[in-house]
Amino acid sequence: MLHLILFLVFGAICVAGAINLLAQSHPISSALSLVVVMASLAVEYLLLGAEFVAAVQVIVYAGAVMVLFIFVIMLLNAGEEERTKGSKVAMILGVPGILTAGLLIAWTLIHRSNAGSVTLGALPGSPQTIGKLLFHDFLLPFEVTSVLVLIAIMGAVVLAQRAETPNLPPGKEI
Amino acid sequence: MVPVSYYLVLSGILFSCGVVGFLIKRNIITIFMSIELMLNGVNLSFVAFAARWGHLSGQVFVFFVMVVAAAEAAVGLAIIIAVYRTRETLNVDQVNLLKL
Repeated sequence: MLHLILFLVFGAICVAGAINLLAQSHPISSALSLVVVMASLAVEYLLLGAEFVAAVQVIVYAGAVMVLFIFVIMLLNAGEEERTKGSKVAMILGVPGILTAGLLIAWTLIHRSNAGSVTLGALPGSPQTIGKLLFHDFLLPFEVTSVLVLIAIMGAVVLAQRAETPNLPPGKEI
Repeated sequence: MVPVSYYLVLSGILFSCGVVGFLIKRNIITIFMSIELMLNGVNLSFVAFAARWGHLSGQVFVFFVMVVAAAEAAVGLAIIIAVYRTRETLNVDQVNLLKL
């Protein structure tokens, strides 16, 4: 019962944050609602017993990735977004379609699936067991992701650096 | 006792919110945040199924998804900075050339 109450409370916070992300027009407000979504998702992971995933969710997502987002928003001085014709078309056609599809999927999942239920902390995903799995069964994917992150770092540096134009006179830089 | 389908419905709602944000938002940074929202929705269903079937592989997959999302965020935000430097706008409607 406690499990269900906690799930519903933090699920409601999660959905409210997601809807607020869509409703806000300033990027900083959207970023802060995304932090709310991620923090409440971390609680949902804890309810499922995934302690390691919950910790990584807070550290990596709510910490590192969101700091990156907010840093870029402040660096580019992003302001209110303006509505255009394209977004109106998407609003009229896309939103009802997505809502219908979502309701259909929710109805099917609740009424037609017998996926069973989970108890509080059913599967303890402690860092020890996850680490054993990661460095034993998933060793090759783990090493491949390290290469991926290295490439991503180099790509970010190359893309974000200022283009060098040494031959142009001052005031004519692109 | 919470049915797994509740978790899946929550995950579906988050994914739908991400898709809607991707469609209606015109700021490129907010569109990027919608993508992160979709990834989070998928992660929740991974963890729910891992708990249901008693297999930790689902949680390891979530770890990999997070690594890919972090790498994607770093590269994507660098691209946004490069686009802003040449076009002076963050509105995707005004960015219609792939050339930087």
